[in-house]
Order: sequence, then C-alpha cells, then structure tokens
Amino acid sequence: MATETSAPPALTPTFLAGLWKENPVFRLLLGMCPTLAVTAAVKPALTMGCCVIFVLFCSNIVVSLMRHLLKPHLRILMFTLTIATFVTLADMLLKAFVPDMSEALGPYVPLIIVNCIIICRAEACASKNGLLVSIVDALGMGLGFTGTLCVLAAIREILSTGSVLGVPILRTVDAGGWFTPWAGMGMPVGAFVTLGLLLGLVNIISKKKA
Amino acid sequence: MSKIIYFFQQSWLLIVASLGFGLVLAAAEGALGPRIAANQKFKVSRLCQALIAEAEEFQAVVSDAEIVHPKRTITTDILQGTDAQGQVVGYAFIAEGSGFAGPIRIVIGTDEALKTISGFRVLASSETPGFGDKITQAYYQDQFKGAPYGRLELTKVGDPAALDRQIVAISGATVSSEAVVSIFNTYMEGVKKTLLEEGLIHGN
Repeated sequence: MATETSAPPALTPTFLAGLWKENPVFRLLLGMCPTLAVTAAVKPALTMGCCVIFVLFCSNIVVSLMRHLLKPHLRILMFTLTIATFVTLADMLLKAFVPDMSEALGPYVPLIIVNCIIICRAEACASKNGLLVSIVDALGMGLGFTGTLCVLAAIREILSTGSVLGVPILRTVDAGGWFTPWAGMGMPVGAFVTLGLLLGLVNIISKKKA
Repeated sequence: MSKIIYFFQQSWLLIVASLGFGLVLAAAEGALGPRIAANQKFKVSRLCQALIAEAEEFQAVVSDAEIVHPKRTITTDILQGTDAQGQVVGYAFIAEGSGFAGPIRIVIGTDEALKTISGFRVLASSETPGFGDKITQAYYQDQFKGAPYGRLELTKVGDPAALDRQIVAISGATVSSEAVVSIFNTYMEGVKKTLLEEGLIHGN
C-alpha cells in the first residue's frame, strides 16, 4: 500500500476538511447509524463522539505506521482487526468508568467497529500518508463527527424536553411556561426529521458558497 | 515447503498484529476487569433493591444452583433479601436466555415464600432499539409484578393489568417477549427446587 504521494497534504486544510468541506455526516453521509440512534440527548452524543475520536485517532496511528507493510489483499482485514481492538478498549473503558452511559449507549459502541468513517479514513488517509497527517485527519474528522452529533442532539433535546444537559432553555408548560415539549423529537422520527432539515440547510449554505 | 513460506510471507503481519492486539486486550481486561465486575455487582444489587423494596441487604444463599435445561447445564446464584430486622423478605436470581438479537440477562425477584413474582429487571440485552428493547419498559415489566410463581404463558391479546400467568406480548417484539417468558419458565422450577432442598422455603 505504498501509494504515498510525494508532497504530503497540508495540515490545516486536512484538519478543516473534517469540520466542514468533508464533514463525515453532512457531506460524506457516513456513520448514519449512531447519528440517528444516539442523538436524543447531548450527553450520549458527546460520549459517542469521544469514543469515535479515540478509535479514529488510535487506528489512524497504527494504520499509518504499518502502511508500508500492508499487503493489498489483506489491508481491509488489518484495518478491521485494528479498529476492533480499539473499539473493544473504548467499550471496556466506558463499562469501567461510566457504566450508566455504557448501558445507555447499548450496542452502539461495539458497532463503531463497522462505522464507515473509521475504515474510510484508514483507507483514504492513514494507509497513504505519514503519521502527522493521519493524526490531524483523525482529529478533524473525529471533531467534525462529534460536533455534528452534538448539534443534532442539542436541537432534539431542547425540542423534546425544553432543556439541554439539564439546563432549562425553553420554559415548559409543566414549569408554568409556554413550551409544550415535542415527544416525537426524542424518538427515531425526530432524528430523521432533524437530520433531513440540517442536511437541507447545509446544502443551501454550500450552494450559496459555491 | 514453499507454500508454507508463501503463507507466512503473506500473513506474518496479520499473525503478529493479532498476537499484539490480543496481548493489549488481555492487559486491559486484567486492569479493568475487576472494576467492571464490581460495577456489575453494584448494578445487580441496585436492581434487586428495586424489585424487593423492603430488603435492606442481599446475600448469596446458594451458589451455582443447577437449573434443568434441555440443551445444557446452567447454574445461577440465588440471593436472599433481608429487611432491617433480619427477616427474609424475598429472593432474587440472575437468569439468562436467547433473545432476538443476542442473549438477554435479567434479574428476577420473588416473595419470601416463592408464591408470587415481584418482577424482573433487564441486566443486559442487545434487543433491537425501538422494538425488542421495549422489554425494559414498565407496561411490559409490570405484568410480571405480582404474578403467581410458576409456569407463565405468552399471549398476543389479553389484559396486561391482570395479575395472572398470562403475559401479553409487546406488539412488534413477540420474539423478545417470548424470550423473557421462556427465561422465567426455564429458571423458576429449578430455583424453587433448590431452595426447597436447602430448607430455605417450605413446600405446601
């Protein structure tokens, strides 16, 4: 897999690409399963994002270091093995230190193994670039994914409960205010509607920029 | 011979990486395993407390009680709940079975004479979110609370509020509903037999 280009990509554009231009959720539409499943509230979304950053960071480092040794026909197997190891570690850390959150996230943490973002970055970036570029790419993509999850989760949490991270934002009817919480926003339907609207908004902004 | 050399030339990285990652995971398991086990124990105790509210503390009175199962021998620990005066107020045990998407582990609580079920709580399950995971919801779990201790039956229609042997399945999650009922039926007889043999309860 020694298909390294002579001039490595610049670090700042590589980092920024993950945040907007190649944002894994809004632009590449990768990692839709956790995006829809864990964004009912900000806390689980943030935890999932941190897990993805950890796995992406570690797997990009390992894949980048062994890129010259990879046999083309065994590379996907090596990527999966690497990713599965770090996902198992992340899962164990959650179970040991934040068991309630681990329980709330359920099967979605082990499912990071099949998250397309991780394997996509291993294939598209880490297996073709040096250590520094791979680390910066992992951080950019990881933060882009986490940020998107948190935005989506914040909108859903506010509309379904009137508060975010326990801080009241909209005064609900129960608390003597005007806002009636939209229960649907905490359900899967809320995830699809919010994601669809945000994708539309991102497309409008992108077209205007172009 | 050349085939063996070719095999190792192609796969040495995979073999070395598998061993290396295996060692990393073994070390992590060694370091975090006891903490995860302690968290699990705490969770079991919390769930038992939720099932038998009068109990102040739980202690294992039978370890590895054998449960008759057509395919394999299964065992479970039976916990006895006692109140502040030391009176036995109920029993709880962990039971496991196959669900729709993987194993389901639940904690089952009973009264002190094993006449009625005090309910169950899900310890671990990977049932489909939005469908099978509804076994954690009150409207399904409450059907077991106060039901007579003994063989249960799953029905598709019925009154979920009735405290009888009939458990109404969750719409869209029949397999998961059936799995829970099956877990109850697998364990209840064995647990009762064990407690009778140990003299902790008396037959009638």
